[in-house]
Amino acid sequence: MSSSTGKESGRRAAGKDTRAEQPPSGVPQPLLELRDLAITFTTSNGDVPAVRNAHLTVMPGETVAIVGESGSGKSTTALAAIGLLPGNGRVSNGSIVFDGEDITHASEKRIVELRGSSIGMVPQDPMSNLNPVWKIGFQVKETLKANGLPSGPQDVAKVLSEAGLPDAAARANQYPHEFSGGMRQRALIAIGLSCRPRLLIADEPTSALDVTVQRQILDHLDTMTEELGTAVLLITHDLGLAAERAHKVVVMYKGQVVEAGPALELLTNPRHPYTQKLVSSAPSIASRRIESAKQAGVESEDLLAPAVSKAASLDKIIEVEDLTKVFKIRGSWGRSTDFTAVDDVSLSIARGTTTAVVGESGSGKSTVAKMVLGLESATSGSIKFDGVDITTLKRKELFDFRRRVQPIFQDPYGSLDPMYNIYRTIEEPLRVHNVGNAKSREKKVRELLDQVALPSSMMQRFPNELSGGQRQRVAIARALALDPEVVICDEAVSALDVLVQAQILNLLADLQSELGLSYLFITHDLAVVRQIADHVVVMQKGKLVEQGTTDAVFDSPQTAYTQALLAAIPGAGLVLPPEVA
Amino acid sequence: MAWYIVRRFLQLIPVFLGATLLVYFLVFSLPGDATAAICGERGCTPAVVAGLREQYNLDEPFWIQYLLYLKGVLTFDLGTNFSGRPIATIIAEVFPTTARLAIMALVIEAVFGILFGLVAGLRKGKIFDSSVLILSLVVIAVPIFVLGFLMQFLIGVKLQWTSPTVSGDATFTELLLPAVVLGLVSFAYVLRLTRTSIIENVNADYVRTATAKGLSRRRVVSVHVLRNSLIPVVTFLGADLGALMGGAIVTEGIFNVNGVGNTLYRAVLNGDGPMVVSIVTFLILIFCLANLLVDLLYAWLDPRIRYA
Amino acid sequence: MPEPTSSSAPSGAGAPIPTEAPTPVARTKTSAHPIEHFVADLDETPVRATDSAVSDAAPRSLWGEAWRSLRKQPLFIISALLILGVIFVALFPGVFTSEPPNDNCQLANSDGGPAPGHPLGFTVQGCDILARVVWGTQSSLTVGLFATLGVVVIGGFIGALAGFFGGWVDAILARVGDIFFALPLILGAIVVVQLPAFQQNRNVWTLVVILVTFGWPQIARITRAAVIEVRNADFVTAARSLGVSPMGSLVKHVIPNALAPVIVIATISLGTFIVAESTLSFLGIGLPPDVMSWGNDIFSAKPSLRSNPMAIFWPGLALSITVLSFIMLGDALRDALDPKARKR
Repeated sequence: MSSSTGKESGRRAAGKDTRAEQPPSGVPQPLLELRDLAITFTTSNGDVPAVRNAHLTVMPGETVAIVGESGSGKSTTALAAIGLLPGNGRVSNGSIVFDGEDITHASEKRIVELRGSSIGMVPQDPMSNLNPVWKIGFQVKETLKANGLPSGPQDVAKVLSEAGLPDAAARANQYPHEFSGGMRQRALIAIGLSCRPRLLIADEPTSALDVTVQRQILDHLDTMTEELGTAVLLITHDLGLAAERAHKVVVMYKGQVVEAGPALELLTNPRHPYTQKLVSSAPSIASRRIESAKQAGVESEDLLAPAVSKAASLDKIIEVEDLTKVFKIRGSWGRSTDFTAVDDVSLSIARGTTTAVVGESGSGKSTVAKMVLGLESATSGSIKFDGVDITTLKRKELFDFRRRVQPIFQDPYGSLDPMYNIYRTIEEPLRVHNVGNAKSREKKVRELLDQVALPSSMMQRFPNELSGGQRQRVAIARALALDPEVVICDEAVSALDVLVQAQILNLLADLQSELGLSYLFITHDLAVVRQIADHVVVMQKGKLVEQGTTDAVFDSPQTAYTQALLAAIPGAGLVLPPEVA
Repeated sequence: MAWYIVRRFLQLIPVFLGATLLVYFLVFSLPGDATAAICGERGCTPAVVAGLREQYNLDEPFWIQYLLYLKGVLTFDLGTNFSGRPIATIIAEVFPTTARLAIMALVIEAVFGILFGLVAGLRKGKIFDSSVLILSLVVIAVPIFVLGFLMQFLIGVKLQWTSPTVSGDATFTELLLPAVVLGLVSFAYVLRLTRTSIIENVNADYVRTATAKGLSRRRVVSVHVLRNSLIPVVTFLGADLGALMGGAIVTEGIFNVNGVGNTLYRAVLNGDGPMVVSIVTFLILIFCLANLLVDLLYAWLDPRIRYA
Repeated sequence: MPEPTSSSAPSGAGAPIPTEAPTPVARTKTSAHPIEHFVADLDETPVRATDSAVSDAAPRSLWGEAWRSLRKQPLFIISALLILGVIFVALFPGVFTSEPPNDNCQLANSDGGPAPGHPLGFTVQGCDILARVVWGTQSSLTVGLFATLGVVVIGGFIGALAGFFGGWVDAILARVGDIFFALPLILGAIVVVQLPAFQQNRNVWTLVVILVTFGWPQIARITRAAVIEVRNADFVTAARSLGVSPMGSLVKHVIPNALAPVIVIATISLGTFIVAESTLSFLGIGLPPDVMSWGNDIFSAKPSLRSNPMAIFWPGLALSITVLSFIMLGDALRDALDPKARKR
């Protein structure tokens, strides 16, 4: 374990060499510089390049965001900077320079010295990044101790309260599982900043949290790093969030940096085709664009067309009235308590339109979806489908009802049976409902694949060979097999990368106008809602908070909660010039 | 926490009752006269048979028999065996030896299993790891009686490092070889379990975060990797303690240890039904207590359980 | 030394939840340093069509994938060859020894060493060891195979029902399983085997029944856990909303996906049951003495351990190799069917 004096002298020594190299022009020296970085993973199939020719400069006190889809190499690049590549990964070319010192192949001892005290990290998933068997206080304390800082109980409490954790002294005595996700992330931020590093690597620090919590935490992180003068390397998949939080945005695609520049400049004047695609597809930017356009007085037909053309239909295909769902939860000593997941909710879907149910985790939105699908029984209230109450259906009637309402689920890896090939997956509903013969069913499967823009050569493939977006297309094809009238999308695009998400949303919109489908769209993502929904229902803790047309809810939200949700959309503070809009 | 312990304890009661009922049922109401077993091939006089029927309540309905037996168990009155000695006394006599043997075996398997598993897990895929893995498979595959004879022959007879059998005193040095044999199979399981658990934890997010905090490798491994990896291992060891106390039949037989297993084996060979039932009941009780111990250990090691 | 940065403060920093709609302030940050706008060379970073690439390789089912990875594993190849060898010996013992198994024992040869035509020497009764070992294969393998089949059918059925339906079915079945679990396999078997009823009908089949009776809870637990894991998958919910009945989804979707861990444990159990049979025979309460089995041979060679250790060594070796190959196969299967590796 290194003592603090050892660290200091190490840092000073490093500083000395660099001063000699410093260019005379007076341009300050970058805090972190990645030059021509290449990272390679050794796998059973040989070497796989994960990152190539990556250039990146972080100036002291500056926030730089790396934006990219999954597999773009953004996290790998950032982790390489503190020597945290997984065991089979290595820097195969280029160099990593921290504060003038080349640390590409620094000794383990030197890297341990730098970690924590010079370079801190805030990881992605607050649920898995705290050790479940140690108290929060212990995990802060060992950080301070390892970096040679005072680590008494009051020091630990101070670090935690700085990160915005109320009642820190008592909280330090609790275990991670007693914390909510947001509190755990605050504890992780406390740990990351506890030794006052000059660079903080924040790897998707809020992507696992609800939007309102996400915003608070990012705001707090902003304030803290600004006060401390910490430079931040922010990894995110959300261009809107990056643009709002960073001085500089670096876009990565397939392991390479494709574009880098000042945040706003990148949004308004993207030059690389990938960045252009990203700017035009990112929901947070797109929803911002609509708002900006409206504020600029541009009632663009193009942007708002879908909402206007469908609004006329008054025929309600689904009417939910006073729906309530109570779960019994077994507590300690055998007591059971009632938990009201859905509390007196009424909503309706007009035929051929999209109604979005929006809420954070625990809002009861998915339970509503399950009850409308007939998968969960309602405790009270009614769900009328085309005038018939489905809560009272008999077995046979329920079986027939299932043809008319079909679901699409969130997880593209979980919603297809891995043992079934694509043909069997899409054919299953037809077989279950005895539709046609083998030949006509095959014809139908081909048609369905065509509708979701998948080649029919894919019929013999298995889900494990498909990408997330392709699986979601298969799930859509399966849902459409029985020609349903209503499709219930439960977070159907949440797990997908931005560009794929945009593609699937377009597909859903096309299918709606082609087949006259009605959608019930369950989502936590308001930005997506802005793009696709005609009608919005906002839920919070099982209760319906607000509902109205999309325009009405977005333009003049009536309740504080909706306002908070809207303000928390990443990029909500961006004002885009009209030419982008 | 209190509720957790109470619930676990309450759950054990039906298990204990069910298991003893099962054994009692198997021994006393399957086809074949229980007295015939007691009397063996020599046969008994009708008077003796009647006496036996009286002693074991064989003329009562099965349920009454079981309840009377249970009453005996709860009052530590296990009756007498075939040769008339009180069974409780016999068990009290031989149990300390078995317990000593089991604890020695447990210590051996825990120390070496965790040590080897830790090193193998941290060096996954390297030569040490692969050879230790193969070795563990061999140890698991070779039946304990083959292993026992082999070790007895090589170490006791050929090399004469220890005596091949254990005397009535059952001293520490005498018990060492049987303890190694008894612990070997579990050693292989502990090793594999530790290794798997270490490999899983080394790649856990919180270990990466701990590294990023600036902790030394040694501290990351001991405080974060090892501590978390030991949770399943310790619970395995707890359950194994129960199994070792009962499963020593073969080992005790080979090395002639005068313990519970050997006593049970002799009772089986003699067809001493009451003795068999009593010893098995005793072993079930030990097994249930070991399971309770496991639950407590689990709660102690994993705070998520403790506050559940 | 941190440079002063001129970024506009975020509008709602620190405040819990803003209660009014955000005023449209530019929230982008501007840096004090000049930031260059870099664009990569388009030729070096071509943008591919979103979500297109599908390889032309032949479709691969999960079992196909598992088979491909198995074929490359030395552990699998060795264990599979050994098992095939053992099965061949069990089916055609005559190929390996011309010696009749039982009726050529001459006490004159008692505990004799290797002799021409008798490469492994003789047992205490003067029987040819090689012949005994070869002919003993059959009974060990039969017991192992049928006991495994039995526990998979019974344990699998009970475990699948308990896992899939949950509730009171699960509670009852779990308690019954616990009761059997409290009675370890060998201990339970010993209690039953010593009963007069069984001592009079000792044969391979009664032994199988006993092993199944005390061996099913383990498979039931594994199946239950695997079924519970699959039961909540979205594809099962999707099947239900298509109108597939609960039983239908159990048979068509849940069980096929829960099979992998059951297969692994069943393979390993096969080895365990062979050990259990030989242990009981070794204790003298398993198969009757006239049935040739490795356990019986070890039992009968016990008294002459010091004078003729080879009479124990050879059947012990045969037993160990057979069990080892099943355990190795289970290990190889576990690696190939690992659910974590299958996720993608």
